Formats: sequence, structure tokens, C-alpha cells
Amino acid sequence: MRCADFKESYVKDEEIFQSLFVKCWLAAFLIFLLLFPLFANSYVLYFANMIGFAVIASVGLNLLTGFTGQISLGHAAFVGVGGYTCAILMTRLEMPFWFALPCGGIVAALAGLIIGIPSLRVKGLYLCMATLASQFIFEFIFIHWESLTKGIRGINVPPPRIGSFAFDNERSYYYLTLVFALLAVVYGRNLVRSKVGRAFVAIRDRDLAAEIMGISLFRYKLTAFAVSSFYAGVAGGLWVCFLRIVTPEHFPFHLSIQYLAMVIVGGLGSILGSIFGAVFMTLIPELLNVLTGSLREVFPTASKLFIPLKEVVFGSLIVIFLIFEPRGLAEIWRRIKAFFLLWPFSY
Amino acid sequence: MAEENDYQLWVEDIHLSFGGLKALNGVSTGVKKGEIFSIIGPNGAGKTCLLNCINRFYHPQRGRIFFEGRNITRIKTSAIAELGIARTFQNVELFAHMTVLDNIKLGAHIHLKSGSLSGGIYFGKTRREETALRKHIEEKIIDLLEIEQIRKKVVHALPYGLQKRVEMARALAMNPKVLLLDEPATGMNLEETEDIARFILDINQEWGVTIVLIEHDMGVVMDISDRVCVLDFGTKIAEGKPDAIRHNEKVIKAYLGEEDLAYSRLGA
Repeated sequence: MRCADFKESYVKDEEIFQSLFVKCWLAAFLIFLLLFPLFANSYVLYFANMIGFAVIASVGLNLLTGFTGQISLGHAAFVGVGGYTCAILMTRLEMPFWFALPCGGIVAALAGLIIGIPSLRVKGLYLCMATLASQFIFEFIFIHWESLTKGIRGINVPPPRIGSFAFDNERSYYYLTLVFALLAVVYGRNLVRSKVGRAFVAIRDRDLAAEIMGISLFRYKLTAFAVSSFYAGVAGGLWVCFLRIVTPEHFPFHLSIQYLAMVIVGGLGSILGSIFGAVFMTLIPELLNVLTGSLREVFPTASKLFIPLKEVVFGSLIVIFLIFEPRGLAEIWRRIKAFFLLWPFSY
Repeated sequence: MAEENDYQLWVEDIHLSFGGLKALNGVSTGVKKGEIFSIIGPNGAGKTCLLNCINRFYHPQRGRIFFEGRNITRIKTSAIAELGIARTFQNVELFAHMTVLDNIKLGAHIHLKSGSLSGGIYFGKTRREETALRKHIEEKIIDLLEIEQIRKKVVHALPYGLQKRVEMARALAMNPKVLLLDEPATGMNLEETEDIARFILDINQEWGVTIVLIEHDMGVVMDISDRVCVLDFGTKIAEGKPDAIRHNEKVIKAYLGEEDLAYSRLGA
């Protein structure tokens, strides 16, 4: 039970993690994240990596869609731009991963800046269409600019290295993903509590009043697009080096929708929500896979039904979530915390 | 012309029309540094339109606007804040999903230096800046406007009267030279109205902020204004000290049409 905190300085009150209790839990969670690969097999670690990439990309999308209110249906395209940039730099120019990855982010950010320009003129559904167009334009480029991207055959990518050590299996790569995911989350959380993040939310909530506060819509909308695409680009670079290959099929339109679903299911305008959303959207389909697999053994005659049923269950889960908790998993988490704040004497 | 130098804020011959409707028809008026200047007039007289022109939401077809001798008729909306002109709105325009504190912090947006890189790292400069801002807001603004108890609440759940106060706090966080207040006491009971009048006087006297006030509550206007400007159908019909305005024939006509009723309304 923890009713309230007493703080003596403004610095303390501005902290993200406000009490020792919370910090202890956080430390325990970090230790768990560090030790977890020692006990997990490569199948589990594969998904841990996928969750990491999803977390980075969805935190980025949440900064744009959840915080700034600029909906984007082209997030997968920016992931692709980052992935391809990283792959091309590492193979054609033989640059090290550590240089290619930030370059991937920067090139994606530049692409985001260009795609973000229509957002200065159009809002809502119209912006949806503009970003949707960018998704198809980039997909087209990935497939047809063969001299650069090798078309549908794809590019084989070497693993990242430090000296002679290569991050070439799920376990070692997990630590790489973990570091980048943590950096992404910490940076995102800090950004939204500082000047730029507040400006983002101001634009989302009331753009006219934001202008009166001296916030240039032009500058901050484009900043949001650039930062969000940078995240996408880094996620893409990491993902591509993990898979060791990049093809246009990795960045289809439905991946963009999936990122949007992560952000919405997790909670718009919440960094923690994007983490929840990424975990949910990556794990639930796989859990359903395992479930239908075992059901198929029990009822072999109905096996044809189970595969489509999986999609139906997954879809319904999302709908149910949105009906019962439109503000996402982050809100459920907040309510659980609020419950334990006064537990067991909640009166 | 000399007027633009005599006044801190000077609007000259503003014409604004929407299609066939003339919202402002050749309005010229000026606000002196450090005064409380009220704009009154019946509904639809063009009061808010005039503020929107100063804020650059509306682009007048003709006329010029000067602030401290500088022509600001063609600058960007977001650049107005940097000149030191803050504003509150008739229908509260707060950022509804943020806390009171975050709303007020946004008022200080132009005074903060950290960019997207240093903000994300949140160390050193940004940390110091944010802490100093928090201290300033808590000890100067929240204390002045008496909103301590709600500072961590989300804005959209607050009652209207408090939202108006938060909006004023946000405008103050900008540390403005001129504060444009659009009907700050609308929809308030007597006690809240008196509070607002007291806040306006405090801001004007302690902070030395020039106030431009649009208000329908004649009691407030006549009590605290240094000068009053009266608009009717987009033209200025009178300007002067509250006492002179109270007895001005044109003003009385514009408001009620009949003299005896008008006297009771204007409290003379």
C-alpha cells in the first residue's frame, strides 16, 4: 500500500519514476531482461528480438500519431527505408553496422520530412491518404529500383560485429536489440516531458492555441515526422541485420496497419502503451498459433477450421479491447496501479 | 505617422470582411503601455475579430497593426508570441488532455531553449531549465491565480471557471508585455468575477503587463479600465475614460436604443 508521496523539491516532482518503490521494481525488471536469455531457447529469443524491433517502431509511431495527432499509414515504408539504407551501406560500401544504423535512421528521417510536408495542409482522413500513398511509392521503389535494391531477390546482409565478435545468433543479438530498445524508450519518454513533446501534444489538442503560444506548426509537425521516421529507420536497420536479408516483402502495407494497431491497442499518447502494444501484437498471434496447433492434435478433423479461426480470434480480441478500454492497455495498467495504491483499504 | 510611436499597440484603419459581411470597417485605436484598455460593444460588433487580427488569425484586407513601433501586419501567427503578446480566448482553448501544469508550461514555450535532441536526453541544460520553469510557475503564477489544488489535474475535467483561470495562467507563463483577454469573466458568478477582476489588476500592477480586455460585464469594465473603446457593427463609435463612455449618447443607443433603460444597464 502506498497512498501518496511526499516530495521536497521540484526536481523530485519532475522525475519519471517517483518513488524508491517504483525504482526497485524497475531495477528488478531490468535484471530480469538481462538474465532472461540465459534461460530461454532460441525460439523464445527470436520473439524477444521481434518485440524489441516492434517497440522501437511503435514508440516512433506513437510520437507521431499518439502525441502529435498526425495519423500515418506509411510507417512500414520508413522501416523499409531504414532497413534498405542500412543493408546497402553495409554491403555496397562495406561500412560497419554502427555507422550504417544511424545512417538508416537519418535517411528514413529525411524521407519522413518529405512525406510530412502534406501534413501542413491536410488533416485527419486526408493525411491518411497522403501517407498511404507514400507507403505504395516506397514499396514500388523497393521492388523496381533494382540497381540499388536488387528488387525482389533482396540483399543479403552481414551481421553486426565488434572486432571479431559477431552478433549472429538470437541470444547475442537480443542484447543489441535490448540496448537500442531501451535507448529508444528513454529518449521518447524524455522527449515528451520536455519542450518539444509538449509542443507535439499542443498541436494534437488545439493547433490554433498552439500557434498563439509561439509554436510553429510547420516546424513541429515536421519534427514529429522526422523523429518518428528516425525511430522507424533504426528499427528497420536492426531488423534487417537480424534477419540477415532484406526484401520488399518485409515492409508490406499490412505492417503499417499493424504498427498503427500496436499504438492504438497499447494506448495513444503513452510511451508505456506503445511497449504494451508491441508486446501484445507480436505475442498474441504466436500464442494463438501454438494454441491452434495443439487443438489440431486433439481435434484432427477440424484442423481446416482452426487456421482461419486464429485470425478471427485475433481480430475480435482487438475489437473487444477497443470497446472495453478505448484508451488502451496503458489505461488498464494505470487502473491496476491505482487499485494497489490504496489496497487493501480502498475506502 | 506619430500614433504608432505613442502607443504600445496601434491598429490603424482595419478593414476585415467575410464575403459580403463587413466585420471591421476602418477601426483605428491604440493601447498605451501599462494601461487596462477595454473593448466593449454588442454581440457581433467585431471585438473578437479585432483581437484575431492582432493575433494574425485573420488577415485584414486593409489597414496596419503596429506593436512598439514595428509593423506586424504581415508576420506569422506563431511569431506574435515572441513579440510578447499573449492571449486568452472567449471559448476556452486549452490543451484538453494535458494537466494544468503542462498547459501552463506550454505558455513558456518560447522561452525554453532545449531542442529535440537535448530534450530527449533530458540531462544538464534541459533538466535545469525544466526545474527552473517549474519553480517559476509554481511560485509566481499558480500562487498568484490560486490554482494550487488543481495543478496536477487534467484540464478537460475541470469546471469552466477554473479552466478560464488556467488559460490566464498559461498566457502569463509567456511573460507577456501585452495580454489580450477575451471575455475572462463570462459565465461566472459574482464571487468568481470579482476574483478575475482582482487577478487582472494584480497582473497589471505587479507585473506591469498592458491589458486589453473584452468583457460584457459592465461592472468589471467600468471599475478597472483606464480607457474604453466601443465598437458597433465593425466601427468605433466611442473611446475614452469609463465615465465619459457611460454617458455617451451613441454608446447608450448602440446598447439598448432607449435612454432610460440604458442608464440602468450602464449603472449611471
